Amino acid sequence: MAEKKSLGKELTKGFLDENPVLRLVLGTCPTLAVSTSVESAVGMGLAASIVLICSNIAISALRKVIPSKVRIPAYIVVIASFVTIVQMLVKAFAPSLDEQLGVYLPLIVVNCIILGRAEAFAGKNSVLASAVDGLGMGIGFTIALFLMGFIREFFGTGTITISLINGGQPLWNSVFGENPILIFILAPGGFFVFGMLIMLANKIAEKKGKEKAQLHSCKACPMFATCTAAEKEDCDR
Amino acid sequence: MSLDKKLLVSASPHDHSKDTVTRIMLDVVIALVPSLIAATFLFGYRTLIVSAVSVGTCVLVEYISRIVMKRHQTVGDLSAIVTGLLIAFNVPVSMPLWMVVLGDILAIVVVKQMFGGIGMNFVNPALAARIMLIASFPTEMGKWNAPLSWKTETVTTASPLNAIKEIYRGGEITSDSFDGLPSLLDMFLGKRAGSLGEVCAVALILGLVYLLVRRVIKLTIPLSYVGSFAVIMFIAGDFNLKFLAYEILAGGLLLGAIFMATDYTTSPINFKGQVIFGIGCGVLTALIRLFGNLPEGVSFAIIIMNILVPHIENLTTPKPFGTVKEKKKKEAEAK
Repeated sequence: MAEKKSLGKELTKGFLDENPVLRLVLGTCPTLAVSTSVESAVGMGLAASIVLICSNIAISALRKVIPSKVRIPAYIVVIASFVTIVQMLVKAFAPSLDEQLGVYLPLIVVNCIILGRAEAFAGKNSVLASAVDGLGMGIGFTIALFLMGFIREFFGTGTITISLINGGQPLWNSVFGENPILIFILAPGGFFVFGMLIMLANKIAEKKGKEKAQLHSCKACPMFATCTAAEKEDCDR
Repeated sequence: MSLDKKLLVSASPHDHSKDTVTRIMLDVVIALVPSLIAATFLFGYRTLIVSAVSVGTCVLVEYISRIVMKRHQTVGDLSAIVTGLLIAFNVPVSMPLWMVVLGDILAIVVVKQMFGGIGMNFVNPALAARIMLIASFPTEMGKWNAPLSWKTETVTTASPLNAIKEIYRGGEITSDSFDGLPSLLDMFLGKRAGSLGEVCAVALILGLVYLLVRRVIKLTIPLSYVGSFAVIMFIAGDFNLKFLAYEILAGGLLLGAIFMATDYTTSPINFKGQVIFGIGCGVLTALIRLFGNLPEGVSFAIIIMNILVPHIENLTTPKPFGTVKEKKKKEAEAK
Protein backbone atom coordinates (compact mmCIF):
# COMPACT_ATOMS: atom_id res chain seq x y z
CA MET A 1 0.00 0.00 0.00
CA ALA A 2 3.06 2.20 -0.07
CA GLU A 3 2.70 3.60 -3.57
CA LYS A 4 0.11 6.26 -4.18
CA LYS A 5 -2.84 5.27 -6.25
CA SER A 6 -5.33 7.58 -7.89
CA LEU A 7 -8.74 7.85 -6.26
CA GLY A 8 -10.40 6.35 -9.28
CA LYS A 9 -8.25 3.27 -8.93
CA GLU A 10 -9.04 3.01 -5.24
CA LEU A 11 -12.69 3.02 -6.17
CA THR A 12 -12.66 0.52 -8.99
CA LYS A 13 -10.24 -1.99 -7.49
CA GLY A 14 -13.05 -3.23 -5.22
CA PHE A 15 -15.31 -4.06 -8.16
CA LEU A 16 -13.35 -6.96 -9.54
CA ASP A 17 -9.58 -6.94 -9.03
CA GLU A 18 -9.84 -6.93 -5.26
CA ASN A 19 -13.50 -7.83 -4.93
CA PRO A 20 -13.79 -8.65 -1.22
CA VAL A 21 -15.94 -11.74 -1.72
CA LEU A 22 -14.80 -13.20 -5.02
CA ARG A 23 -11.10 -12.29 -4.96
CA LEU A 24 -10.13 -11.86 -1.31
CA VAL A 25 -12.66 -14.49 -0.11
CA LEU A 26 -13.68 -12.38 2.88
CA GLY A 27 -17.12 -12.12 4.45
CA THR A 28 -18.24 -15.52 3.23
CA CYS A 29 -20.64 -16.10 6.10
CA PRO A 30 -23.16 -13.36 5.18
CA THR A 31 -22.55 -14.11 1.50
CA LEU A 32 -23.70 -17.70 1.87
CA ALA A 33 -26.38 -17.06 4.46
CA VAL A 34 -28.40 -14.16 3.09
CA SER A 35 -28.03 -14.68 -0.65
CA THR A 36 -31.15 -16.83 -0.99
CA SER A 37 -32.99 -13.92 -2.60
CA VAL A 38 -32.07 -10.78 -4.49
CA GLU A 39 -33.86 -8.58 -2.00
CA SER A 40 -32.08 -9.77 1.12
CA ALA A 41 -28.74 -10.01 -0.70
CA VAL A 42 -28.84 -6.43 -1.94
CA GLY A 43 -30.19 -5.25 1.42
CA MET A 44 -27.28 -6.90 3.15
CA GLY A 45 -24.83 -5.47 0.65
CA LEU A 46 -26.12 -1.93 1.11
CA ALA A 47 -26.25 -2.14 4.90
CA ALA A 48 -22.69 -3.46 5.05
CA SER A 49 -21.52 -0.82 2.54
CA ILE A 50 -22.92 2.03 4.64
CA VAL A 51 -21.20 0.66 7.74
CA LEU A 52 -18.00 0.15 5.75
CA ILE A 53 -17.88 3.69 4.39
CA CYS A 54 -18.70 5.28 7.75
CA SER A 55 -16.27 3.14 9.72
CA ASN A 56 -13.51 3.69 7.16
CA ILE A 57 -13.96 7.46 7.45
CA ALA A 58 -14.08 7.41 11.26
CA ILE A 59 -11.15 5.06 11.67
CA SER A 60 -9.09 6.95 9.13
CA ALA A 61 -9.80 10.20 10.95
CA LEU A 62 -8.86 8.67 14.29
CA ARG A 63 -5.83 6.76 13.01
CA LYS A 64 -3.34 9.02 14.72
CA VAL A 65 -5.23 8.99 18.02
CA ILE A 66 -5.71 5.25 18.37
CA PRO A 67 -2.69 3.53 19.97
CA SER A 68 -1.66 0.62 17.78
CA LYS A 69 -1.72 -1.86 20.69
CA VAL A 70 -5.46 -1.47 21.26
CA ARG A 71 -6.44 -0.71 17.68
CA ILE A 72 -8.57 -3.81 17.15
CA PRO A 73 -10.89 -3.17 20.14
CA ALA A 74 -11.06 0.48 19.11
CA TYR A 75 -12.01 -0.48 15.55
CA ILE A 76 -14.66 -2.84 16.85
CA VAL A 77 -16.20 -0.09 18.99
CA VAL A 78 -16.36 2.25 15.98
CA ILE A 79 -17.80 -0.47 13.71
CA ALA A 80 -20.30 -1.62 16.33
CA SER A 81 -21.68 1.89 16.77
CA PHE A 82 -22.31 2.23 13.03
CA VAL A 83 -23.86 -1.23 12.86
CA THR A 84 -26.23 -0.29 15.67
CA ILE A 85 -27.24 2.88 13.81
CA VAL A 86 -27.82 0.98 10.56
CA GLN A 87 -29.74 -1.75 12.36
CA MET A 88 -32.07 0.79 13.97
CA LEU A 89 -32.60 2.55 10.64
CA VAL A 90 -33.43 -0.73 8.87
CA LYS A 91 -35.79 -1.74 11.68
CA ALA A 92 -37.57 1.60 11.40
CA PHE A 93 -37.80 2.02 7.63
CA ALA A 94 -37.60 -1.50 6.15
CA PRO A 95 -39.00 -3.90 8.75
CA SER A 96 -39.49 -6.66 6.16
CA LEU A 97 -35.80 -6.53 5.26
CA ASP A 98 -34.93 -6.67 8.95
CA GLU A 99 -36.99 -9.85 9.26
CA GLN A 100 -35.27 -11.42 6.26
CA LEU A 101 -31.76 -10.59 7.40
CA GLY A 102 -32.42 -11.54 11.02
CA VAL A 103 -29.31 -12.12 13.05
CA TYR A 104 -27.00 -11.37 10.12
CA LEU A 105 -27.69 -7.65 10.37
CA PRO A 106 -26.09 -7.19 13.82
CA LEU A 107 -23.44 -9.69 12.75
CA ILE A 108 -22.06 -7.07 10.32
CA VAL A 109 -19.97 -6.09 13.36
CA VAL A 110 -17.77 -9.11 12.88
CA ASN A 111 -17.80 -8.99 9.07
CA CYS A 112 -14.19 -9.55 8.04
CA ILE A 113 -14.47 -7.15 5.13
CA ILE A 114 -15.09 -4.18 7.39
CA LEU A 115 -12.44 -5.03 9.96
CA GLY A 116 -10.13 -6.06 7.14
CA ARG A 117 -10.42 -2.72 5.35
CA ALA A 118 -10.01 -0.86 8.65
CA GLU A 119 -6.84 -2.78 9.39
CA ALA A 120 -5.41 -2.89 5.90
CA PHE A 121 -6.43 0.47 4.51
CA ALA A 122 -8.22 3.01 6.70
CA GLY A 123 -5.67 2.67 9.50
CA LYS A 124 -2.92 4.12 7.33
CA ASN A 125 -4.54 6.23 4.61
CA SER A 126 -6.18 9.61 4.39
CA VAL A 127 -9.87 10.17 5.10
CA LEU A 128 -10.81 10.79 1.47
CA ALA A 129 -8.96 7.76 0.16
CA SER A 130 -10.50 5.59 2.90
CA ALA A 131 -13.98 6.79 2.06
CA VAL A 132 -13.44 6.01 -1.61
CA ASP A 133 -11.97 2.62 -0.73
CA GLY A 134 -14.97 1.85 1.48
CA LEU A 135 -17.36 2.86 -1.30
CA GLY A 136 -15.57 0.69 -3.87
CA MET A 137 -15.36 -2.32 -1.58
CA GLY A 138 -18.99 -1.86 -0.59
CA ILE A 139 -20.06 -1.80 -4.24
CA GLY A 140 -17.95 -4.89 -4.93
CA PHE A 141 -19.55 -6.71 -2.00
CA THR A 142 -23.02 -5.70 -3.16
CA ILE A 143 -22.29 -6.81 -6.74
CA ALA A 144 -21.13 -10.23 -5.55
CA LEU A 145 -24.13 -10.63 -3.28
CA PHE A 146 -26.50 -9.53 -6.03
CA LEU A 147 -25.06 -12.10 -8.43
CA MET A 148 -25.34 -14.87 -5.84
CA GLY A 149 -28.84 -13.81 -4.83
CA PHE A 150 -30.03 -13.51 -8.41
CA ILE A 151 -28.73 -16.92 -9.49
CA ARG A 152 -29.96 -18.68 -6.38
CA GLU A 153 -33.42 -17.09 -6.39
CA PHE A 154 -33.86 -17.52 -10.14
CA PHE A 155 -33.08 -21.23 -10.12
CA GLY A 156 -34.19 -22.05 -6.59
CA THR A 157 -37.65 -20.49 -6.59
CA GLY A 158 -38.17 -19.93 -10.30
CA THR A 159 -39.06 -16.25 -9.83
CA ILE A 160 -37.54 -12.97 -8.78
CA THR A 161 -39.52 -11.16 -6.10
CA ILE A 162 -38.73 -7.72 -4.73
CA SER A 163 -41.29 -6.50 -2.25
CA LEU A 164 -40.69 -2.82 -2.95
CA ILE A 165 -41.42 -3.21 -6.68
CA ASN A 166 -44.64 -4.53 -8.15
CA GLY A 167 -46.30 -4.85 -4.72
CA GLY A 168 -44.51 -8.04 -3.78
CA GLN A 169 -45.66 -9.89 -6.88
CA PRO A 170 -43.10 -12.04 -8.71
CA LEU A 171 -41.48 -9.97 -11.43
CA TRP A 172 -41.55 -12.82 -13.90
CA ASN A 173 -42.00 -16.55 -13.94
CA SER A 174 -38.94 -18.39 -15.07
CA VAL A 175 -38.78 -21.40 -17.34
CA PHE A 176 -38.84 -23.80 -14.41
CA GLY A 177 -42.42 -22.96 -13.55
CA GLU A 178 -43.64 -25.42 -10.96
CA ASN A 179 -40.37 -27.32 -10.67
CA PRO A 180 -37.70 -24.96 -9.36
CA ILE A 181 -34.36 -26.52 -8.56
CA LEU A 182 -34.76 -26.32 -4.80
CA ILE A 183 -31.16 -27.12 -4.00
CA PHE A 184 -30.08 -23.63 -5.10
CA ILE A 185 -31.72 -21.97 -2.11
CA LEU A 186 -30.45 -24.67 0.26
CA ALA A 187 -26.98 -24.48 1.75
CA PRO A 188 -25.24 -26.78 -0.80
CA GLY A 189 -26.52 -24.59 -3.63
CA GLY A 190 -25.04 -21.56 -1.91
CA PHE A 191 -21.58 -23.13 -1.79
CA PHE A 192 -22.01 -24.34 -5.36
CA VAL A 193 -22.86 -20.91 -6.77
CA PHE A 194 -20.15 -19.30 -4.63
CA GLY A 195 -17.52 -21.68 -6.00
CA MET A 196 -18.66 -21.08 -9.57
CA LEU A 197 -18.51 -17.31 -9.17
CA ILE A 198 -15.01 -17.48 -7.66
CA MET A 199 -13.97 -19.61 -10.61
CA LEU A 200 -15.38 -17.06 -13.02
CA ALA A 201 -13.69 -14.16 -11.20
CA ASN A 202 -10.43 -16.11 -11.22
CA LYS A 203 -10.73 -16.64 -14.97
CA ILE A 204 -11.30 -12.95 -15.63
CA ALA A 205 -8.47 -11.94 -13.29
CA GLU A 206 -6.16 -14.48 -14.88
CA LYS A 207 -6.72 -12.88 -18.26
CA LYS A 208 -5.71 -9.57 -16.72
CA GLY A 209 -2.57 -11.22 -15.44
CA LYS A 210 -3.49 -11.26 -11.76
CA GLU A 211 -2.95 -13.99 -9.19
CA LYS A 212 -5.66 -16.52 -8.45
CA ALA A 213 -7.74 -16.10 -5.32
CA GLN A 214 -6.65 -18.54 -2.67
CA LEU A 215 -8.28 -19.25 0.64
CA HIS A 216 -4.96 -19.29 2.44
CA SER A 217 -3.09 -16.69 0.45
CA CYS A 218 -1.35 -13.97 2.40
CA LYS A 219 -3.07 -11.17 0.53
CA ALA A 220 -6.50 -12.46 1.50
CA CYS A 221 -5.57 -12.14 5.17
CA PRO A 222 -6.84 -8.98 6.85
CA MET A 223 -3.62 -8.92 8.88
CA PHE A 224 -1.49 -8.94 5.74
CA ALA A 225 -0.26 -5.39 6.09
CA THR A 226 1.00 -5.79 9.63
CA CYS A 227 1.74 -9.52 9.72
CA THR A 228 5.40 -10.32 10.34
CA ALA A 229 5.08 -13.77 8.84
CA ALA A 230 3.95 -12.24 5.55
CA GLU A 231 7.32 -10.65 5.03
CA LYS A 232 8.99 -14.01 5.39
CA GLU A 233 6.32 -15.48 3.08
CA ASP A 234 5.76 -18.46 5.33
CA CYS A 235 2.23 -17.82 6.51
CA ASP A 236 0.68 -20.63 4.52
CA ARG A 237 -0.65 -22.20 7.69
CA MET B 1 22.16 -63.51 -32.16
CA SER B 2 23.74 -60.52 -30.58
CA LEU B 3 23.88 -60.17 -26.85
CA ASP B 4 21.86 -56.99 -26.49
CA LYS B 5 18.83 -58.69 -27.94
CA LYS B 6 18.89 -61.33 -25.23
CA LEU B 7 19.44 -58.98 -22.35
CA LEU B 8 16.52 -56.63 -22.69
CA VAL B 9 16.40 -54.24 -19.75
CA SER B 10 13.21 -52.32 -19.11
CA ALA B 11 11.69 -50.44 -16.23
CA SER B 12 9.12 -52.13 -13.99
CA PRO B 13 6.31 -53.23 -14.05
CA HIS B 14 7.33 -56.28 -16.05
CA ASP B 15 4.11 -58.25 -15.90
CA HIS B 16 1.03 -56.45 -17.13
CA SER B 17 -2.48 -57.35 -16.06
CA LYS B 18 -5.03 -57.58 -18.81
CA ASP B 19 -7.48 -55.51 -16.76
CA THR B 20 -7.90 -52.09 -18.29
CA VAL B 21 -10.26 -49.39 -17.13
CA THR B 22 -12.34 -49.95 -20.23
CA ARG B 23 -12.62 -53.68 -19.59
CA ILE B 24 -13.62 -53.18 -15.93
CA MET B 25 -16.22 -50.58 -16.86
CA LEU B 26 -17.54 -52.88 -19.56
CA ASP B 27 -17.91 -55.60 -16.93
CA VAL B 28 -19.88 -53.26 -14.69
CA VAL B 29 -22.13 -52.32 -17.61
CA ILE B 30 -22.70 -56.01 -18.35
CA ALA B 31 -23.48 -56.61 -14.68
CA LEU B 32 -26.07 -53.83 -14.79
CA VAL B 33 -27.85 -55.22 -17.85
CA PRO B 34 -30.02 -57.79 -15.96
CA SER B 35 -31.39 -54.99 -13.77
CA LEU B 36 -32.09 -52.89 -16.85
CA ILE B 37 -34.02 -55.75 -18.45
CA ALA B 38 -35.94 -56.39 -15.24
CA ALA B 39 -36.78 -52.70 -14.87
CA THR B 40 -37.96 -52.48 -18.49
CA PHE B 41 -40.21 -55.46 -17.90
CA LEU B 42 -41.56 -54.02 -14.63
CA PHE B 43 -41.92 -50.34 -15.47
CA GLY B 44 -42.30 -50.30 -19.23
CA TYR B 45 -40.42 -48.87 -22.18
CA ARG B 46 -39.93 -45.49 -20.50
CA THR B 47 -37.17 -47.18 -18.52
CA LEU B 48 -35.18 -47.46 -21.73
CA ILE B 49 -35.84 -43.82 -22.63
CA VAL B 50 -34.68 -42.60 -19.20
CA SER B 51 -31.60 -44.82 -19.34
CA ALA B 52 -30.72 -43.81 -22.89
CA VAL B 53 -31.08 -40.11 -22.15
CA SER B 54 -29.02 -40.45 -19.00
CA VAL B 55 -26.22 -42.43 -20.63
CA GLY B 56 -26.22 -40.21 -23.70
CA THR B 57 -26.01 -37.02 -21.64
CA CYS B 58 -23.21 -38.39 -19.47
CA VAL B 59 -21.11 -39.43 -22.46
CA LEU B 60 -21.72 -36.18 -24.31
CA VAL B 61 -21.01 -34.01 -21.27
CA GLU B 62 -17.83 -35.96 -20.49
CA TYR B 63 -16.69 -35.55 -24.09
CA ILE B 64 -17.36 -31.83 -24.11
CA SER B 65 -15.86 -31.12 -20.70
CA ARG B 66 -12.62 -32.92 -21.57
CA ILE B 67 -12.34 -30.75 -24.68
CA VAL B 68 -13.17 -27.55 -22.80
CA MET B 69 -10.67 -28.39 -20.06
CA LYS B 70 -8.05 -29.20 -22.71
CA ARG B 71 -7.28 -32.62 -21.25
CA HIS B 72 -6.80 -35.91 -23.04
CA GLN B 73 -10.05 -37.53 -24.10
CA THR B 74 -11.26 -40.19 -21.64
CA VAL B 75 -14.74 -40.74 -22.98
CA GLY B 76 -13.65 -44.09 -24.39
CA ASP B 77 -13.14 -45.70 -20.99
CA LEU B 78 -16.92 -46.24 -20.65
CA SER B 79 -17.00 -44.84 -17.11
CA ALA B 80 -19.50 -42.22 -18.22
CA ILE B 81 -21.83 -45.00 -19.37
CA VAL B 82 -21.68 -46.60 -15.93
CA THR B 83 -22.44 -43.28 -14.23
CA GLY B 84 -25.29 -42.62 -16.64
CA LEU B 85 -26.84 -46.03 -16.06
CA LEU B 86 -26.52 -45.73 -12.28
CA ILE B 87 -28.19 -42.32 -12.30
CA ALA B 88 -31.05 -43.72 -14.36
CA PHE B 89 -31.31 -46.61 -11.91
CA ASN B 90 -31.64 -44.17 -9.03
CA VAL B 91 -34.71 -42.30 -10.25
CA PRO B 92 -38.36 -43.35 -10.52
CA VAL B 93 -39.67 -44.19 -13.98
CA SER B 94 -41.88 -41.09 -14.12
CA MET B 95 -38.95 -38.70 -13.64
CA PRO B 96 -39.04 -35.79 -16.14
CA LEU B 97 -36.14 -36.17 -18.55
CA TRP B 98 -34.72 -32.67 -18.06
CA MET B 99 -34.26 -33.41 -14.38
CA VAL B 100 -32.32 -36.56 -15.23
CA VAL B 101 -30.15 -34.51 -17.58
CA LEU B 102 -29.50 -32.01 -14.78
CA GLY B 103 -28.37 -34.83 -12.51
CA ASP B 104 -26.07 -36.16 -15.23
CA ILE B 105 -24.45 -32.78 -15.73
CA LEU B 106 -23.86 -32.36 -11.99
CA ALA B 107 -22.39 -35.84 -11.71
CA ILE B 108 -20.01 -35.59 -14.65
CA VAL B 109 -19.04 -31.92 -14.71
CA VAL B 110 -19.02 -30.91 -11.07
CA VAL B 111 -18.27 -34.10 -9.18
CA LYS B 112 -16.09 -35.90 -11.69
CA GLN B 113 -14.39 -33.60 -14.20
CA MET B 114 -13.87 -30.57 -11.99
CA PHE B 115 -11.98 -32.76 -9.56
CA GLY B 116 -9.82 -34.19 -12.33
CA GLY B 117 -11.82 -36.83 -14.14
CA ILE B 118 -11.91 -40.57 -13.64
CA GLY B 119 -10.16 -41.74 -10.50
CA MET B 120 -10.18 -38.30 -8.93
CA ASN B 121 -13.81 -37.85 -7.90
CA PHE B 122 -14.15 -37.44 -4.13
CA VAL B 123 -17.60 -39.05 -3.93
CA ASN B 124 -19.55 -41.36 -6.17
CA PRO B 125 -20.88 -39.12 -9.00
CA ALA B 126 -24.11 -41.06 -9.44
CA LEU B 127 -24.93 -40.81 -5.74
CA ALA B 128 -24.12 -37.11 -5.66
CA ALA B 129 -26.56 -36.67 -8.55
CA ARG B 130 -29.19 -38.68 -6.70
CA ILE B 131 -28.85 -36.56 -3.57
CA MET B 132 -29.00 -33.37 -5.61
CA LEU B 133 -32.17 -34.61 -7.31
CA ILE B 134 -33.77 -35.61 -3.99
CA ALA B 135 -32.96 -32.24 -2.44
CA SER B 136 -34.18 -30.35 -5.51
CA PHE B 137 -37.26 -32.27 -6.58
CA PRO B 138 -38.65 -34.14 -3.56
CA THR B 139 -42.08 -34.68 -5.12
CA GLU B 140 -40.79 -35.98 -8.46
CA MET B 141 -38.28 -38.26 -6.74
CA GLY B 142 -41.02 -39.67 -4.50
CA LYS B 143 -43.52 -40.49 -7.23
CA TRP B 144 -43.55 -44.28 -7.35
CA ASN B 145 -45.30 -46.12 -10.14
CA ALA B 146 -46.83 -49.49 -9.32
CA PRO B 147 -44.99 -52.32 -11.11
CA LEU B 148 -46.52 -53.83 -14.25
CA SER B 149 -49.13 -51.06 -14.33
CA TRP B 150 -47.66 -49.49 -17.47
CA LYS B 151 -49.55 -51.80 -19.82
CA THR B 152 -52.93 -50.53 -18.73
CA GLU B 153 -52.59 -47.23 -16.92
CA THR B 154 -49.99 -45.70 -14.65
CA VAL B 155 -50.80 -46.06 -10.98
CA THR B 156 -48.77 -44.36 -8.32
CA THR B 157 -48.33 -46.14 -5.04
CA ALA B 158 -46.36 -45.78 -1.84
CA SER B 159 -42.86 -47.15 -1.72
CA PRO B 160 -42.51 -50.23 0.54
CA LEU B 161 -39.82 -48.40 2.44
CA ASN B 162 -42.30 -45.84 3.74
CA ALA B 163 -44.64 -48.61 4.87
CA ILE B 164 -41.82 -50.36 6.69
CA LYS B 165 -40.91 -47.15 8.44
CA GLU B 166 -44.53 -46.77 9.55
CA ILE B 167 -44.42 -50.33 10.90
CA TYR B 168 -41.30 -49.55 12.90
CA ARG B 169 -42.69 -46.26 14.16
CA GLY B 170 -46.02 -47.94 15.03
CA GLY B 171 -44.46 -49.85 17.89
CA GLU B 172 -44.83 -53.60 18.27
CA ILE B 173 -44.25 -55.66 15.14
CA THR B 174 -46.77 -58.46 14.69
CA SER B 175 -47.37 -60.85 11.82
CA ASP B 176 -50.27 -58.63 10.64
CA SER B 177 -47.99 -55.63 10.33
CA PHE B 178 -46.84 -56.63 6.85
CA ASP B 179 -50.35 -57.07 5.35
CA GLY B 180 -50.25 -53.99 3.15
CA LEU B 181 -46.85 -54.82 1.68
CA PRO B 182 -45.94 -56.91 -1.37
CA SER B 183 -45.07 -60.49 -0.43
CA LEU B 184 -41.43 -61.29 0.25
CA LEU B 185 -41.22 -63.23 -3.02
CA ASP B 186 -42.53 -60.19 -4.92
CA MET B 187 -39.97 -58.04 -3.13
CA PHE B 188 -37.25 -60.45 -4.15
CA LEU B 189 -38.34 -60.62 -7.78
CA GLY B 190 -38.88 -56.90 -7.95
CA LYS B 191 -42.66 -56.61 -8.21
CA ARG B 192 -42.78 -53.51 -6.08
CA ALA B 193 -42.59 -49.73 -6.37
CA GLY B 194 -39.20 -48.09 -6.32
CA SER B 195 -36.41 -46.56 -8.36
CA LEU B 196 -35.64 -48.22 -11.69
CA GLY B 197 -32.60 -50.27 -10.78
CA GLU B 198 -33.21 -51.03 -7.14
CA VAL B 199 -36.36 -53.12 -7.30
CA CYS B 200 -35.25 -56.48 -8.71
CA ALA B 201 -33.03 -58.16 -6.12
CA VAL B 202 -32.53 -61.22 -8.35
CA ALA B 203 -31.06 -59.17 -11.17
CA LEU B 204 -28.81 -57.26 -8.80
CA ILE B 205 -27.48 -60.47 -7.26
CA LEU B 206 -26.93 -61.83 -10.78
CA GLY B 207 -24.83 -58.74 -11.46
CA LEU B 208 -22.93 -59.27 -8.21
CA VAL B 209 -22.14 -62.87 -9.15
CA TYR B 210 -20.87 -61.75 -12.56
CA LEU B 211 -18.66 -59.09 -11.00
CA LEU B 212 -17.30 -61.61 -8.49
CA VAL B 213 -16.57 -64.16 -11.20
CA ARG B 214 -14.81 -61.53 -13.31
CA ARG B 215 -12.98 -60.45 -10.13
CA VAL B 216 -13.98 -56.84 -10.69
CA ILE B 217 -15.04 -56.47 -7.07
CA LYS B 218 -14.47 -58.43 -3.90
CA LEU B 219 -17.24 -59.49 -1.59
CA THR B 220 -15.73 -57.55 1.35
CA ILE B 221 -17.63 -54.29 1.04
CA PRO B 222 -21.07 -55.64 0.06
CA LEU B 223 -20.90 -58.29 2.78
CA SER B 224 -19.75 -56.01 5.60
CA TYR B 225 -22.24 -53.38 4.46
CA VAL B 226 -25.31 -55.61 4.33
CA GLY B 227 -24.09 -57.65 7.32
CA SER B 228 -23.68 -54.75 9.71
CA PHE B 229 -26.95 -53.28 8.44
CA ALA B 230 -28.70 -56.61 9.07
CA VAL B 231 -27.36 -56.91 12.62
CA ILE B 232 -28.72 -53.49 13.59
CA MET B 233 -32.06 -54.08 11.89
CA PHE B 234 -32.35 -57.48 13.53
CA ILE B 235 -31.97 -55.92 16.97
CA ALA B 236 -34.14 -52.89 16.15
CA GLY B 237 -36.93 -55.09 14.79
CA ASP B 238 -37.19 -57.15 18.00
CA PHE B 239 -35.44 -60.11 16.34
CA ASN B 240 -38.22 -60.34 13.76
CA LEU B 241 -36.80 -62.10 10.69
CA LYS B 242 -39.56 -60.88 8.40
CA PHE B 243 -38.87 -57.25 9.30
CA LEU B 244 -35.19 -57.84 8.61
CA ALA B 245 -35.90 -59.39 5.21
CA TYR B 246 -38.13 -56.48 4.19
CA GLU B 247 -35.54 -53.95 5.31
CA ILE B 248 -32.81 -55.62 3.27
CA LEU B 249 -34.90 -56.02 0.11
CA ALA B 250 -36.61 -52.62 0.22
CA GLY B 251 -35.00 -49.44 -1.05
CA GLY B 252 -31.64 -49.19 -2.71
CA LEU B 253 -29.59 -51.18 -0.21
CA LEU B 254 -28.54 -53.95 -2.59
CA LEU B 255 -27.95 -51.58 -5.50
CA GLY B 256 -25.89 -49.35 -3.23
CA ALA B 257 -23.93 -52.17 -1.61
CA ILE B 258 -23.10 -53.92 -4.88
CA PHE B 259 -22.58 -51.12 -7.39
CA MET B 260 -22.11 -47.83 -5.52
CA ALA B 261 -20.10 -48.63 -2.40
CA THR B 262 -17.64 -50.77 -4.35
CA ASP B 263 -16.57 -47.96 -6.69
CA TYR B 264 -12.75 -48.15 -6.81
CA THR B 265 -12.08 -44.45 -6.54
CA THR B 266 -14.20 -43.83 -3.49
CA SER B 267 -13.59 -46.96 -1.39
CA PRO B 268 -10.56 -48.03 0.63
CA ILE B 269 -7.87 -50.19 -0.93
CA ASN B 270 -7.00 -52.86 1.61
CA PHE B 271 -9.12 -55.41 3.43
CA LYS B 272 -9.20 -53.76 6.85
CA GLY B 273 -10.19 -50.43 5.36
CA GLN B 274 -12.90 -52.01 3.26
CA VAL B 275 -14.43 -53.69 6.31
CA ILE B 276 -14.43 -50.40 8.24
CA PHE B 277 -15.95 -48.69 5.19
CA GLY B 278 -18.66 -51.35 4.79
CA ILE B 279 -19.60 -51.36 8.47
CA GLY B 280 -19.72 -47.57 8.49
CA CYS B 281 -22.10 -47.59 5.50
CA GLY B 282 -24.27 -50.26 7.13
CA VAL B 283 -24.53 -48.51 10.49
CA LEU B 284 -25.26 -45.12 8.93
CA THR B 285 -27.88 -46.56 6.57
CA ALA B 286 -29.61 -48.33 9.46
CA LEU B 287 -29.55 -45.22 11.65
CA ILE B 288 -30.92 -42.97 8.89
CA ARG B 289 -33.65 -45.45 8.04
CA LEU B 290 -34.66 -45.91 11.67
CA PHE B 291 -34.40 -42.37 12.99
CA GLY B 292 -34.10 -40.05 9.97
CA ASN B 293 -36.82 -37.99 8.31
CA LEU B 294 -36.26 -39.40 4.85
CA PRO B 295 -37.24 -43.02 4.25
CA GLU B 296 -34.01 -43.94 2.44
CA GLY B 297 -30.50 -43.58 3.80
CA VAL B 298 -28.29 -45.58 1.44
CA SER B 299 -27.11 -42.67 -0.69
CA PHE B 300 -26.30 -40.42 2.28
CA ALA B 301 -24.52 -43.21 4.15
CA ILE B 302 -22.29 -44.08 1.19
CA ILE B 303 -21.51 -40.42 0.44
CA ILE B 304 -20.52 -39.77 4.06
CA MET B 305 -18.27 -42.82 4.07
CA ASN B 306 -16.84 -41.78 0.66
CA ILE B 307 -15.72 -38.53 2.21
CA LEU B 308 -14.16 -40.41 5.14
CA VAL B 309 -12.19 -42.78 2.88
CA PRO B 310 -8.89 -40.81 2.98
CA HIS B 311 -8.99 -40.95 6.78
CA ILE B 312 -9.78 -44.65 6.77
CA GLU B 313 -6.83 -45.19 4.45
CA ASN B 314 -4.61 -43.26 6.85
CA LEU B 315 -5.69 -45.46 9.73
CA THR B 316 -5.23 -48.73 7.87
CA THR B 317 -1.96 -48.13 6.05
CA PRO B 318 -0.25 -51.51 6.14
CA LYS B 319 3.11 -51.85 7.88
CA PRO B 320 5.88 -52.56 5.38
CA PHE B 321 7.58 -55.89 6.06
CA GLY B 322 10.49 -55.65 8.45
CA THR B 323 9.70 -52.20 9.86
CA VAL B 324 8.82 -51.41 13.46
CA LYS B 325 5.98 -49.14 14.46
CA GLU B 326 6.87 -45.75 15.89
CA LYS B 327 5.37 -46.53 19.28
CA LYS B 328 7.17 -49.84 19.68
CA LYS B 329 10.37 -48.23 18.52
CA LYS B 330 10.13 -45.65 21.28
CA GLU B 331 9.37 -48.33 23.85
CA ALA B 332 12.34 -50.33 22.70
CA GLU B 333 14.54 -47.27 22.91
CA ALA B 334 13.30 -46.53 26.42
CA LYS B 335 14.39 -49.97 27.53
